[in-house]
Amino acid sequence: MKIAFTSKGTDWESKMDPRFGRTEYILVYDDEKDEFTHFDNRDIENEAHGAGPKTSQKLFEMEPQVLITGNGPGGNAAQVLEKAGIEIFIGAGEMSVKEAYQSFIDKALKRFN
Amino acid sequence: MKIAIASGKGGTGKTTLSTNLAAFFAENEELVLVDLDVEEPNSGLFIKGDAVKTEEKYKMIPQWNQDSCTLCGKCQQNCNFHAVIFLKTQVLVFPELCHSCYACSELCPTGALPMVAQRMGQLKQIKKEKLNFIESRLDIGQEQAVPLIGQTLEYIDQNFPKETIKLLDSPPGTSCPVIEATKDADFIILVTEPTPFGMHDLRLAIETMQSLNKEFGVVINRDGIGTNDIDNYCTENNIPILARIPNSKKLAEIYSKGELTYKKFPAFENELQKIKTYITNLKIS
Repeated sequence: MKIAFTSKGTDWESKMDPRFGRTEYILVYDDEKDEFTHFDNRDIENEAHGAGPKTSQKLFEMEPQVLITGNGPGGNAAQVLEKAGIEIFIGAGEMSVKEAYQSFIDKALKRFN
Repeated sequence: MKIAIASGKGGTGKTTLSTNLAAFFAENEELVLVDLDVEEPNSGLFIKGDAVKTEEKYKMIPQWNQDSCTLCGKCQQNCNFHAVIFLKTQVLVFPELCHSCYACSELCPTGALPMVAQRMGQLKQIKKEKLNFIESRLDIGQEQAVPLIGQTLEYIDQNFPKETIKLLDSPPGTSCPVIEATKDADFIILVTEPTPFGMHDLRLAIETMQSLNKEFGVVINRDGIGTNDIDNYCTENNIPILARIPNSKKLAEIYSKGELTYKKFPAFENELQKIKTYITNLKIS
């Protein structure tokens, strides 16, 4: 299974980014291969509008089954993610990626959709 | 001639000034007052007259036609606003993000994104003796004020002679809606209040008008409260102070009943006369 995180870095110790559309990185953990891939999303700060749909589109291309984030996506982004069939878990905005992953495994995160 | 009445800060008195100044001018000449704060127009609370015309206003939005789409994804690449999102087997359109630029539609190889009219709001024209009042109101749920402001200004250009004075009650702030409302104006009146917030936002509004190469003057509302910072700033920067509306509980009470204030308040009427003289001189020069 592939699990995506909105994060401020690219490894287990990185802090989560509580924002969805304007997250600094999308970090994807493949638990079968035990490896990370990531997308550097920092150019998004130059976008005045439409950050949510743009980041969702990128996430869609990375094909995760699960997204773990902080505040949760806004309306437009949620619409894209729903079409993509990605399960979204929120409330991990103040954690590290490692803590967020553990909380997900422990079923301690809130389901968004 | 177009005179925009703007401010940085909201709630400084744009509508108070716009409606009273319009009624004052209209005592002697045909005048047009336009409420361009389409997200929350309120000049209409003070202008009661006969309805002349109502027009539905539309903007053009692409609509995905699944049958003719070959799923090439070019539409997404051509959209600068992330309003068209391609998801392998489908295309999603976000009307609130669309700027009606037609790029996705025109550049679609199979014509799978025809542009379709979508209602965004309504324009109303009201007449009260020599005062022609136009108000545009964005529908609930619509996010973009700019297209409706633009279409309202087109309506004004098509329906009134060039030389008639048009007062444009503009939205607050310094973002796209203000730019759209002021970009064709011949002169801008910036309404402010003598408080630190008023000063801060006036400075932003002045910078915006300077970037647009606009001629402008300042009206101080609620004169007598706060600090002298605005006076000092205007003196230092050679910005004309056109008028001062005194701070008055009585004026606020009349306003809160939806009535025009200047006739019951001679000090205010005097200030309106100063603005009128200033505008008339601009018109001659």
